[in-house]
Amino acid sequence: MDPNLKNQILMNIILMAAMLLGALATVMLRQLVKAAIALAFTSVVLCIIMFKLSAPWAAVFELSVCAGLITVVFISAISLVKPATEEERTAHMRFKVRRYFLLPIVLLVVGCGLSFLKINPLPVIAGPEAISDMRVLLWGPRALDLLGQILVLLAGVWGVVVLFKEEK
Amino acid sequence: MPSLLVILPLLAVLLLNLPLNFLRRLALPAVILLTAYQALVVLQLLPPCCVACPSHERWFVNVMDPLTSVLLLAIAIVAFVSVFVLHATASDEKHGFNALNLILLAVAGMNGLVMVRDLFSLYIFLEIASVASFVLIAAQRDMGGLEGAFKYLVMSALATMMMLASIALLLAFCGSTSFMVVAEALHRGAGHGYLLTATALFLGGLLIKSGVMPFHGWLPDAYSSAPAAASTLLAGIVTKVTGVYALMRLVLDVFGSSPAIQQLLLIFGAISVVAGALAALGQSDMKRMLAYSSISQVGYIVLGLGVVGSGNKFAAELGFAGALFHLFNHAIFKTLLFVNAAAVEKQAGTRDMNQLGGLAQKMPITGLTSLLAMFATAGVPPLAGFWSKLLIIAALWLAGLHGYALLGIGASLLTLAYFLSLQRRVFFGVLRAGCENVREAGWALLVPSVVLAAILVGVGLALPWLIGSFLLPVKGF
Repeated sequence: MDPNLKNQILMNIILMAAMLLGALATVMLRQLVKAAIALAFTSVVLCIIMFKLSAPWAAVFELSVCAGLITVVFISAISLVKPATEEERTAHMRFKVRRYFLLPIVLLVVGCGLSFLKINPLPVIAGPEAISDMRVLLWGPRALDLLGQILVLLAGVWGVVVLFKEEK
Repeated sequence: MPSLLVILPLLAVLLLNLPLNFLRRLALPAVILLTAYQALVVLQLLPPCCVACPSHERWFVNVMDPLTSVLLLAIAIVAFVSVFVLHATASDEKHGFNALNLILLAVAGMNGLVMVRDLFSLYIFLEIASVASFVLIAAQRDMGGLEGAFKYLVMSALATMMMLASIALLLAFCGSTSFMVVAEALHRGAGHGYLLTATALFLGGLLIKSGVMPFHGWLPDAYSSAPAAASTLLAGIVTKVTGVYALMRLVLDVFGSSPAIQQLLLIFGAISVVAGALAALGQSDMKRMLAYSSISQVGYIVLGLGVVGSGNKFAAELGFAGALFHLFNHAIFKTLLFVNAAAVEKQAGTRDMNQLGGLAQKMPITGLTSLLAMFATAGVPPLAGFWSKLLIIAALWLAGLHGYALLGIGASLLTLAYFLSLQRRVFFGVLRAGCENVREAGWALLVPSVVLAAILVGVGLALPWLIGSFLLPVKGF
């Protein structure tokens, strides 16, 4: 076997195993902070896999949003709460069942209804040529959006500072 | 030059937060200077001169049309005033500093929003202004503020979800999110179900952000429960830019005004005008009454926009000019009314109109500017609000929409009724017991009040110049 191909397969196996372990840790760990970190790790590995599958757009968003931003939000939120007691957990579960038991039925009905609709495929009109290079796209045509993202993040950071920082 | 209007607030936020104590003391004058600079730059760039200006911009090429210029000016004025209100009402230095940073971020977001010509960029800048506003509303961490911010957050999430779904559909169809490409593709694929869905989703999202009835659920709580500076900024400009401006821009440049869109705008506009005014009549909280008044006034703007698709070219131009003019006027008089509400709350300790009365004796300048703003909102000549309402009603009449025109006139009387009620219960009559020690508000609230009142009178008197120079030539329909 070609040594390059062998290395590729080995790398894929390692990545898949790492992602699986990360995902298992996320659902198995009892401490929420550790679970959030494990989820971030899973996202990072998934992001590498996406890059290898030639999906750089999806990978960048996975890395920046799922692995980065959401982890920060999770950890900020977790740091504010105290663990629920067993009774509280049971009461909360009962409340959720009472409130949401109709949701799967509604989704099923809507899904069945939509599947009967005859929707014509979207006639795509060719737009400007797509840019495949993420660097060119981000620092070229979408650079303004990147600046906007920085501003959104700053606003979010101020949100955390203003709303969650404890007074001395 | 236009890029600076986004970059400078961002740089200011970064600089002011360097770990140097003296920078914090510079924050207030820095933000005042920045907003004053924006107002001056925009005044220099106002049409018709700016249209011919060569542009060396990378991001915002040839964006300074009348709609954008007027909004940039309104953003500068309202942010300038909000900073003064913040100075007068902030509970302590730290809260004031945090709010200043958020105001800067909101200004950067709004400036970007009014200058972009791309659907996805518009969504991003809309989010900046919205996120900063959520935090500003909840900044005091009291129950009312948190509830108001949460309602606004939930409704905004629904609106942005609709807009994102629309952007995804349009991107799949057009291959781009640029206004020009999308408009051209929509024109070629007119009538296709996907495109109608995309248009309906985007417009629905913007109607929620505008607070138009029946999508207004979040607005009274958000306006009334926010701290004074936040409610001034929110009511004065944030809702106008994130909802009404975006609606106007997209109807103008992207979706066009088909008969279906025209009907949609006219119906929602009419409901808002009447129901907002009726709801305002029943309020006893000063800020809550102003919030319902906002819903009613935004209804007028939407009505004006609805004339654009009437097929009558002159009526369409007049309607759009009226909508734009009323958008600016509403930003000014509503900001003034919220500044006055802040002054009353600070000096008398309450906003409940049943506990107030005769305050004009103790707060003559606040009472007078409030009266001017009230007359302007109700459409009393020669104040600015009269002319913008007149333009909208004339456009409706010329377009053959007589019923809507009469409805607009009737609702104006309702506006006068609820504002007279406010003025009588708060400022006129005998001084109510418990208000003996009330004094006139400090300079930080009086200066912006007087400036805004002067703008209302000045703009009203300058109408002949305004209408000829840049209100009517907005766009050939």
